[in-house]
Amino acid sequence: MTGDPVPDLDVSAAVADAHRREWAFVLAATARVARDIDVAEECVQDAYVAALDAWSRQGVPRNPAAWLTTTARRRALDAQRRDRILRAKLPLLIEPGSVAGSGGPAADDPAAAGETADPDEDVIADDRLRLVFTCCHPALAREAQVALTLRLVCGLTTAEIAQAFLVSEPTMAARVTRAKKKISAARIPYRVPGPAELPDRLDAVLTVVHLLYTTGHTAPAGPDLVRGDLVERAIGLARMLRELMPDEREVSGLLALLLLTDARRATRAGADGRLLLLQEQDRSRWNRAAIAEGIGLVTGALRGRTGRPPGAAGLDRPGRFILQAAIAAVHAEAPSYGETDWPQLLRLYGELLKAWPTPVVALNRAVVHAMVAGPEAGLADIEGVERDGRLAGYRYLPAAKADLLRRLGRHQDAARAYRIALDLTDNDAERAFLAGRITEVCAGPADGG
Amino acid sequence: MTEYLILIYERESDYAEAGQEVWEATGRAHGRFAEQVGEKGGKILGGNALQPTATATTIRDDVVTDGPFVETKEALGGYYLIEARDLDHALEIAKLCPARFGGVEVRPIMDTSGMG
Repeated sequence: MTGDPVPDLDVSAAVADAHRREWAFVLAATARVARDIDVAEECVQDAYVAALDAWSRQGVPRNPAAWLTTTARRRALDAQRRDRILRAKLPLLIEPGSVAGSGGPAADDPAAAGETADPDEDVIADDRLRLVFTCCHPALAREAQVALTLRLVCGLTTAEIAQAFLVSEPTMAARVTRAKKKISAARIPYRVPGPAELPDRLDAVLTVVHLLYTTGHTAPAGPDLVRGDLVERAIGLARMLRELMPDEREVSGLLALLLLTDARRATRAGADGRLLLLQEQDRSRWNRAAIAEGIGLVTGALRGRTGRPPGAAGLDRPGRFILQAAIAAVHAEAPSYGETDWPQLLRLYGELLKAWPTPVVALNRAVVHAMVAGPEAGLADIEGVERDGRLAGYRYLPAAKADLLRRLGRHQDAARAYRIALDLTDNDAERAFLAGRITEVCAGPADGG
Repeated sequence: MTEYLILIYERESDYAEAGQEVWEATGRAHGRFAEQVGEKGGKILGGNALQPTATATTIRDDVVTDGPFVETKEALGGYYLIEARDLDHALEIAKLCPARFGGVEVRPIMDTSGMG
């Protein structure tokens, strides 16, 4: 199975590649044996170090993940034997034998699984979902869920995570430690939730992955490289989730949303760094392969293959990720901004507002409504959102309102709204844009209607 | 199995204003809860309702004062000590715990048996 000794450079590359691709798999499988996340992490780190040496002597194994898992599991079992008496007193990571709805192997003996595993054995249960659901458990704060997912599922170092979220390394280390301690002390189970809890729990997981993506996509500061990495990690996680839960169509929706959004990455900002509006972007530079894949995914998801019986508690309706992806698909399919299918967008935003009633969605729907039925109709909607009050301080509300007022020829009202938006904006490029608009409407003809 | 404490926090003023039928309904709800815990495969190891915070006495640095340790609108009014398989099981049980004028907090009990 293994070849001749290989040059060190190739081995380092193989180990680095296995780290990127297989970390979650190896850690998830080891955590079940170690029954403690910290111990599992240590054993997996050790296994990667051991791989550097072993692979340069014996060659890179055919299945690196299996090799790493077996090595890490053996270390975990050794550690357990050493600390048996002590460990009996410590809280363990729960891994109940009977797992509702996980489809995983039931009641297997972790010790036996680890000891009989052959380095080339492919049949190692895939525990990555357990790991993801544990990291995104609702008993953990959202920021802890995000940090744990990057640390445990993606294998990022605490320093890398701290850098991506613009906090100090000790702060991030404390956050991760606190979360791990809660998993252990409160006995957050290491399992995939049963069918009754799954929709809510899955939504938390998808929210974390989406948050990773948006952080990488729109981070206000920080080195570009790290931000790009977060985007890649989020897409990678979405792909992994889809592979593991092919029947969960919201997962397909999320992957489609990320691909369709990311397809526009190269055209999002102008040469001056200012974020470009959709109508200003060069559509010829959009990533067609990503768009095609995203549209394929969202089309399948909308057709509604679901893992659950239709009609059960409204679960057959597309959720927010599918609908957001469908909206992104409509934009991606339009040959130009002017040729966008606005009525279709209005329908999708209506559905999205039902699935996810937030004022930001209502604001976006109002802007689309204006494209379909004219600025007057959109303005009435925006004023409704304004009365709701939850978006006070959200600069895109007065900016959108100002735009409609400008198109209605109500220049003084428009200037007033642009100034409110300007006061709420810190970003220099956006301030310049709004200031330009103010000059424009002030110089325009006297108010019409 | 792990032990968890379910702490019941409710607005005392709401109970003060409530009539006899609310008290009776609350009593019945707790009776039902006790049955449901068993049906869910958990176990109640103990639990009590507490007298209102107006009856509380606080000691800090040997100084005795009238009132609860922390003044809050929603005050600790009762607790259950339960046994559950894990946090998900404990939360499933705690969701059934009556707390019409507030909510509950779930805390794992620390295992001190290894501390010598």
